[in-house]
Amino acid sequence: MTDISPAEEVEAPPVDPNEVRLTINGHEVVSTKGEMVIAAAARAGDYIPHFCYHPRLEPVGMCRMCMVDIDGGRGPMLQPACMVPVSPGMKVDTGSPATKRAQEGIIELLLANHPLDCPVCDKGGECPLQDQSFSHGPGESRYVEEKRHYEKPIAISDIVFLDRERCILCDRCTRFADEVAGDALIQFNSRGNNTHITTFPDEPFASYFSGNTVQICPVGALTAKPYRFKARPWDLAQQESTCTTCAVGCRTVVQSSHDELLRYMGVDSDPVNHGWLCDRGRFNFESVKSADRLLQPLVRQADGFQPATWSAALAEAASLILEAKAAGGPKSIAVIGGARGTNEDAFAWSRLGHEVIGTPNVYSQMGDGLPADLLLLDRATIDQAASATTIVLLAPDLKEELPILYLRLREAAEKKRSRIIEFAPKQSGLTRNAWRHFAYEPGTQVAAVEKALADPEIAAQFAKGSVVVVAGRGNLAETSTATVRAIRTVLAANPGSRILPAFRRGNVVGALQVGMRTADGGLDTRAALQAAADGKIECLVLVGADPLTDFPDTDLARRALAGARRIVAVDTFLTPSALLANVVLAASAYAEKSGTTTNIEGRVTTVAQQVNPAGNTRADWMIAAELALDLGGDFAYETIDDVTADIAWHVAGHEAITPEALATAKDGIIAGLLPAMAQAKLLEAVIPERNSYDFRLVVSRTMYDQATGTANSPSLAHLATQTMVHLHPLDLGKVGTTEGATVKMSSTRATIVLNVVADPAVLRGTAWVPFNHSGANVGDLIDCTAAVNDVRIENL
Amino acid sequence: MSRYAWAPGYTDDGDRPKIVTSRFQYEDGYTLDRYLATGGYVGLRAALGRTPSEVHDEVKSATVLGRGGAGFPAGTKWGLTPQGVWPRYLVVNGDESEPGTYKDRLLMERDPHQLIEGCLIASYAAGLSQVFLYIRGEMALAQERVAAALNEAYAAGYIGKNILGTNFSIDIVLHWGAGAYVVGEETALIESLEGNRGMPRLKPPFFPAAIGLYGKPTIVNNVETLSNLPWLLTNGAAAYTAIGTETSPGTRIIAVSGHVKRPGVYEIINGSTTFRDVIYGEEFCQGIRDGHELKAFIPGGGSAPWFLPDQLDLPFEAKMVGPAGSMLGSGAIMVMDETTDIPAMALTLVRFYAHESCGKCVPCREGGTWLMRIMERVVAGRGTQRDLDQMLEIGQSITPGQYPHAASERLGLAAAPFPFRMTTICFVGPSAYNAVDSSLTLFPDEFQAKLMKRTSIPVTAVGADS
Ligand SMILES: Cc1cc2nc3c(=O)[nH]c(=O)nc-3n(C[C@H](O)[C@H](O)[C@H](O)COP(=O)(O)O)c2cc1C
Ligand code: SF4
Ligand code: SF4
Ligand code: SF4
Ligand code: FES
Repeated sequence: MTDISPAEEVEAPPVDPNEVRLTINGHEVVSTKGEMVIAAAARAGDYIPHFCYHPRLEPVGMCRMCMVDIDGGRGPMLQPACMVPVSPGMKVDTGSPATKRAQEGIIELLLANHPLDCPVCDKGGECPLQDQSFSHGPGESRYVEEKRHYEKPIAISDIVFLDRERCILCDRCTRFADEVAGDALIQFNSRGNNTHITTFPDEPFASYFSGNTVQICPVGALTAKPYRFKARPWDLAQQESTCTTCAVGCRTVVQSSHDELLRYMGVDSDPVNHGWLCDRGRFNFESVKSADRLLQPLVRQADGFQPATWSAALAEAASLILEAKAAGGPKSIAVIGGARGTNEDAFAWSRLGHEVIGTPNVYSQMGDGLPADLLLLDRATIDQAASATTIVLLAPDLKEELPILYLRLREAAEKKRSRIIEFAPKQSGLTRNAWRHFAYEPGTQVAAVEKALADPEIAAQFAKGSVVVVAGRGNLAETSTATVRAIRTVLAANPGSRILPAFRRGNVVGALQVGMRTADGGLDTRAALQAAADGKIECLVLVGADPLTDFPDTDLARRALAGARRIVAVDTFLTPSALLANVVLAASAYAEKSGTTTNIEGRVTTVAQQVNPAGNTRADWMIAAELALDLGGDFAYETIDDVTADIAWHVAGHEAITPEALATAKDGIIAGLLPAMAQAKLLEAVIPERNSYDFRLVVSRTMYDQATGTANSPSLAHLATQTMVHLHPLDLGKVGTTEGATVKMSSTRATIVLNVVADPAVLRGTAWVPFNHSGANVGDLIDCTAAVNDVRIENL
Repeated sequence: MSRYAWAPGYTDDGDRPKIVTSRFQYEDGYTLDRYLATGGYVGLRAALGRTPSEVHDEVKSATVLGRGGAGFPAGTKWGLTPQGVWPRYLVVNGDESEPGTYKDRLLMERDPHQLIEGCLIASYAAGLSQVFLYIRGEMALAQERVAAALNEAYAAGYIGKNILGTNFSIDIVLHWGAGAYVVGEETALIESLEGNRGMPRLKPPFFPAAIGLYGKPTIVNNVETLSNLPWLLTNGAAAYTAIGTETSPGTRIIAVSGHVKRPGVYEIINGSTTFRDVIYGEEFCQGIRDGHELKAFIPGGGSAPWFLPDQLDLPFEAKMVGPAGSMLGSGAIMVMDETTDIPAMALTLVRFYAHESCGKCVPCREGGTWLMRIMERVVAGRGTQRDLDQMLEIGQSITPGQYPHAASERLGLAAAPFPFRMTTICFVGPSAYNAVDSSLTLFPDEFQAKLMKRTSIPVTAVGADS
């Protein structure tokens, strides 16, 4: 057309300077500068076979499977599509005769030494090598020589097995371990045709992230103990879900066969987990099918627990609550927990507490987090944190508590996008990536922050761009007061910075958000336990909460459970606290129920039911709804979607989060902030002088501890160590002890006996003890109202 | 054979101009005293008296071709580094391990100061801030001599801060390799220097000149390339280009091995000297050992396609050797007389490359060893025609399309020119196939003769009319 009238002339949209147009197999593809040909082709629907390329790893160009004809202006040439960035006018032919011949050649060479044990290989059926041999291979092998032989398989860690005969040396596992996990514990060894993957002598591949290598291995060379020889891929049924082991909320695929959970795989959710899972989240599915699961409700009789029908148990629970109400009014009832289930579970239980029982004493944190009003502040997404100019850590060791968040922030530092300023009582997994690390003695974090803020270099760093404060509880042996004040100091100095709450328990943010939080004048968990200990609680309702294990101050928990007149517990296992209950309602576990969960960012995603509930268990929300009926309330919930819709209807910030919206939101939906609430009153923080003989106690969690999910997963359970006290090597002399020796550790509360570890990550003058490990219980030493806890350590 | 017992392998008759081997005649050529007495560090003084860009231009106008194998002009390479990025490095490639090549070793053992002076001139001209001298692991004497020379030069103020009173300062770091052929490849060498496995990087996207050692601009030059610079700066580019031809100026040193009367290292006039001159010339190898005749020779190190007597009159000129089907490579000639068992010779080379594969890419890691296995069988007399065909097929997986080879009048074969295509990251993979291709193409009969003889069982064709 020649005569376009001016009116019809549309202004050309501004051309993105990063846009690159190229031709792939004859059609034009719009790409961006820096994108590799293989990725551009994948987006355009042109599959280029590959083995070593992985979108989340740096390309290495080792396998040569992705060689295609690329014409960058000097005629078509076979080039690795995973290493060649797009350029304007480039022409790519992914099916040329030269390309086909090269692909057949590579497959033939890869199969030359491959054992072809497909019939007995776990990967068979989902194996990229198998698939590509069919789709791009020559169809036969002409290799008649003796194949390479290795002992098969060898255990390279407690969980992962390596079959070097199957390995095609794609460098994926090694790159993952080095680049992503920062645990370069597996390496190539030897050279040329004898190259093989190996660990260092006496150093197993003990990475918290080892399972990912199994998932990304393009052959069956790496297998994980929990799944070995359990199923064939074509027998697996699966659904997308979200891991709720911690509050990062990694997307997963939950797989089962014959109604038995068999495997979790990571799903690449761009804003969250990039496809990775931590080993704890990946392998703790074993606990769901544990033989120790609580399978039916129990009611305490004169001679102990007796199995009961649901109607009998619910009636008993209802009468306990009614008795309590009659004896002390609704305020004599406290509901604790709800952070382990779904939003729907938490919402139903919060309605039961607030509306049906009418108590303000509803709370989902276990005295190990920070005040919920933190969630009122401008919240950062994980992406915002991982791209912030400055990341401030006032949090527990993320590698131990929020493992995939650790990976995301580590990447931000490694790729030099962000600088990390860490304030911590002990070195953490991220310390080696920190631009500045400030070790503080418990209680002195405000001073540490103020001192840092006064440093012009740090002030200049803050001024450079966005700031995200990752905020959590770094030490369970002190009140949250000093940490909260330190966080507020950073925020005050940097208006506009955002908070990423480093709360750990699976759905703690969701539970707080949908209502498992105190109403006006209500008691939080510590206060409720204190009231119970003081004999003021007529009924304590534990919703997936185990104060004896989870609450930092074990003595208070013990006194509270003894002092509470009635206890109703809802749990998946008969926990130490549930053992003291009058009624135990058997709850369904993860993957036995569907619903939604909320991660630290406030991102709401779906959780899928993949197997039938074990035994006679029920989802927490159903239990709440039925208990409500017995107590004269009616939630009118028939399906899980009713509950989700009810949350959307009632909960501020959840308006858009309907079942319909969730069905299409690939990466979930971010909930709005909490409605305004009163700032929690902080406990007064008087920091006593530390006696020079004493150590200031630091207590925090590690990845593998006695948590039910870990302790009941045989593959993980043995990875948890005994409780030991870690002292700085130079402090051993002060106690007159040596590494490995047994010592007595006393606080004003109690004395425990445990072994010593010399650990340079610990600050001098402090003693670090992991929480909830087997053996001695450090919770016995902690007074949760004390600003700090000091301990004396003596040689035995 | 050599008149110079202290420079074993070096043979010198006749008075051709000598640019890099002039001090090989002195037993103490490696000392600073001898070096200074024979014009040492004069080139450096000349260079420091001029601006870096003047020195760079001088080198550029002399077209000093890289002697490491690729033949890329040094002056041009220095110009490829991005400006304003700091630090920037010179890495000296002293990993010489191409089969048949032993000239850099002599340069380091006999005249280390010349190399050091070359490094200083190059760094000054190209604006580099630090030098890394990478010497092959097995070369103990070279390492010792270079280390001693570095100490002498530091003490005498030729290296270090404010060299010769100017404000030019630089350090030279000596690094001893661990013995891997592939580390001679410049990007693998850089990896090795960084403390990683000696595996090549992919280029493109990044060439060392842009992103090299520790991610900084890096010039990698061969020992011989750099050893040319002191003479060049002392005598000027005009004197340099007066030697040799327009496209291949100066001299180059070649290492000859095999069935000649006088194997050794010779400095020859670049571009004009022919292979016949070198193999038969009186001042060079003086012909094939008595009573024997030339069967084939490899013109540029173990990686180069083989030549036949047909190609003897080709000169040392890349522009002529390439179209004739081979390359000058590292300047090593391997000579085979008629007693040579060609398949066995090929196996020796295949075995070397299969062993030296770094294992990074599949075609070389798997293909090289597969070729070796088949070749072993063939040499042992247990091969079949299928094996020979299979080797060519594996070759297609490593170097798709036509692989270069020489012309042969005897076989009625026309030359297949350089270059070739490859699926590997570096040239080790193709080199493993190289000997297979040359030997099979140029000497098919010798392979046929080795194939397994099947005792034929008389077969009565079923259904055939009897
Ligand atoms: C497999 C392989 C081995 C090589 N070995 C050497 C070597 O031993 N010495 C060397 O100087 N160059 C070697 N090179 C060439 C280097 O990569 C590089 O081109 C050279 O050092 C550059 O120096 P130049 O420009 O001065 O020649 C090798 C290349 C390849 C592909
Ligand atoms: S074990 Fe698997 S992931 Fe690791 S290099 Fe071998 S094939 Fe690749
Ligand atoms: S980081 Fe948390 S959410 Fe992610 S896999 Fe691990 S436990 Fe599950
Ligand atoms: S061609 Fe051989 S030596 Fe070169 S990178 Fe590949 S495997 Fe390594
Ligand atoms: S996917 Fe490109 S070389 Fe392996």
